[in-house]
Amino acid sequence: MPLLDIRALSVDFTTARGPFRAVDHVDFAIDPGDVLAVVGESGSGKSVAMLAVMGLLPWTATVTADRMTFDGRDLMAITPEARRKLIGKDIAMIFQEPVASLNPCFTVGFQIEESLATHMALDSQARRARAVELLTSVGIPEPERRLGQFPHQLSGGMCQRVMIAMAISCAPKLLIADEPTTALDVTIQAQILDLLVALQKQTGMALVLITHDMGVVAETARRVVVQYAGEQVERQVVDGLFASPRHPYTAALLAALPEHAKGARLASIPGVVPGQFDKADACRFAPRCARADDKCRTVKPPRQPANLGEALCHYPLSGGAA
Amino acid sequence: MSEVLIRADHLARRYDVRRGMFSAKATVKAVADASLTVSQGRTLAIVGESGCGKSTLARLLAMIERPSDGKLVITGSDVSDGDPAKVRALRQTVQMVFQNPYGSLNPRQKIGAALEEPLAITTNLPAAERRARANDMLAKVGLRPEHYHRYPHMFSGGQRQRIAIARALMPRPKVLVLDEPVSALDVSIRAQVLNLLADLKAEFGLTYVIISHDLAVVRHVADDLMIMYLGRVVESGASAAIFAAPKHPYTQALLSATPVADPRAKRNRIRLEGELPSPISPPSGCAFHPRCRFANDRCRTEQPAATISAGVTVACHAVAEGRI
Repeated sequence: MPLLDIRALSVDFTTARGPFRAVDHVDFAIDPGDVLAVVGESGSGKSVAMLAVMGLLPWTATVTADRMTFDGRDLMAITPEARRKLIGKDIAMIFQEPVASLNPCFTVGFQIEESLATHMALDSQARRARAVELLTSVGIPEPERRLGQFPHQLSGGMCQRVMIAMAISCAPKLLIADEPTTALDVTIQAQILDLLVALQKQTGMALVLITHDMGVVAETARRVVVQYAGEQVERQVVDGLFASPRHPYTAALLAALPEHAKGARLASIPGVVPGQFDKADACRFAPRCARADDKCRTVKPPRQPANLGEALCHYPLSGGAA
Repeated sequence: MSEVLIRADHLARRYDVRRGMFSAKATVKAVADASLTVSQGRTLAIVGESGCGKSTLARLLAMIERPSDGKLVITGSDVSDGDPAKVRALRQTVQMVFQNPYGSLNPRQKIGAALEEPLAITTNLPAAERRARANDMLAKVGLRPEHYHRYPHMFSGGQRQRIAIARALMPRPKVLVLDEPVSALDVSIRAQVLNLLADLKAEFGLTYVIISHDLAVVRHVADDLMIMYLGRVVESGASAAIFAAPKHPYTQALLSATPVADPRAKRNRIRLEGELPSPISPPSGCAFHPRCRFANDRCRTEQPAATISAGVTVACHAVAEGRI
């Protein structure tokens, strides 16, 4: 049984200019120990789906799903009290801006111990010892001294390490990392990704990595979900996705990477990601797709079988094209 | 040999910073020592992590700031002293495009007015002619004539970066300094803007100085490459040569740390320990020595001089001594 099982999750936002569906019928089945990457451009709804799992969406959002269970518990029917016991303990999340995610008014030690005090029955000495142990495990030198420091005294990479320490403090079964390295420099990004992968292997937790960076996906993930305009357009294992992408959007996205350029020009995708009012009715990608025909513009595309990357497309690529 | 447009010798830029009411003022050497030449028609990429001084260097080259030390010669005239008359005359030769297209356009100014403003200031063309040129430029960067009357908030990030590029091109510059031109953009849009930059370069015979931290982008666009660490140039030369065989330990680590979009690629990552030191108190000797695998006592005390071999300039004791 999957650890996190989501069927047909949709998230609608009430905006001043009418309703907006940010996430449209997405499915996730994440097993214990799995590493899943969710890839997409801005506005593809990749973060919103995971925020719905965490229950962190604002009141303007309406979440609907056929099924949303974590570890056998129904997240749709759960009481707020029970959810608060679950998130931060069994499901933890780290965010893009490490410095902004920490409270500037409290020391990092206080903030790490806060989650331990909430979820674990530890006395204050045991909490301090555990905090030191956590900082050591995320590779922060002089952990005792760092515990007494405030977030502004640490660099961005250090703050992200502190966030990771907080996230793994209660040994979560699922860690959601939302663009964990986007705000960091390349050499620090390499350190943080290595740390996340090492911690995942060590603890056996499941890891969901939300990113827009295909390089990060290739180096860390086992399975990949590609999202476009709120829909999951392709779901594949990482080797298959890079070797033979099935959805034209995935193929175009990979071809647009500078390292895959043939000659001086890049294979760019014409047009822009659709916004609130210009989403195509049938296939969302049809207006930008080179292979689209009248069927793509009028009939909703079907979900293809697993050997075709579960592509949401009338005419999935048959392979070899990349 | 094509014409040299920008020549910089031992350029430096220091800032005085206050560190509280009672502590003494400190000096940040944002750019400690940088020398470069930019020739007509080339693309020079300046690469480094945050705090390495690459954006400050870009602002020096675009004459937005005056160098504290060193010599800067642009198309033959020395502007090191920041003489306002000379700088004003050269402003049209070197134009700059900034990283954040949301912040670099005036939200209350229509696109047409933003494009015409440089012409209104620097030329005495009649309004009709200015307008014709603005419309021309809109078409060249892939925007439509009706966009002339719109405000910046009505555009997407990619379109705004097109507008920023169009505005920089209005005074018909020879050199475009682009500070992280595509790092705020999505992958599919990034490819569009990079293609546009390539087209414009061919059409107007432009020369680019591109500041970036994205090595995949740099590898695609650059002819020449310069890698900076804590205000100093650690390695510079032809881009292809450096990507094929990086010499400086920092360059090697930077290249190996960049994720490759290919799950079957062999990973041979050199892990750098530690963080970037503060530019207020840079380490003694070679600034990179606390994170370097090859550091010895000489590296800890003595600043390495730049040595040239096979067209690539490297500032490293270990390379000079043949230890790597």
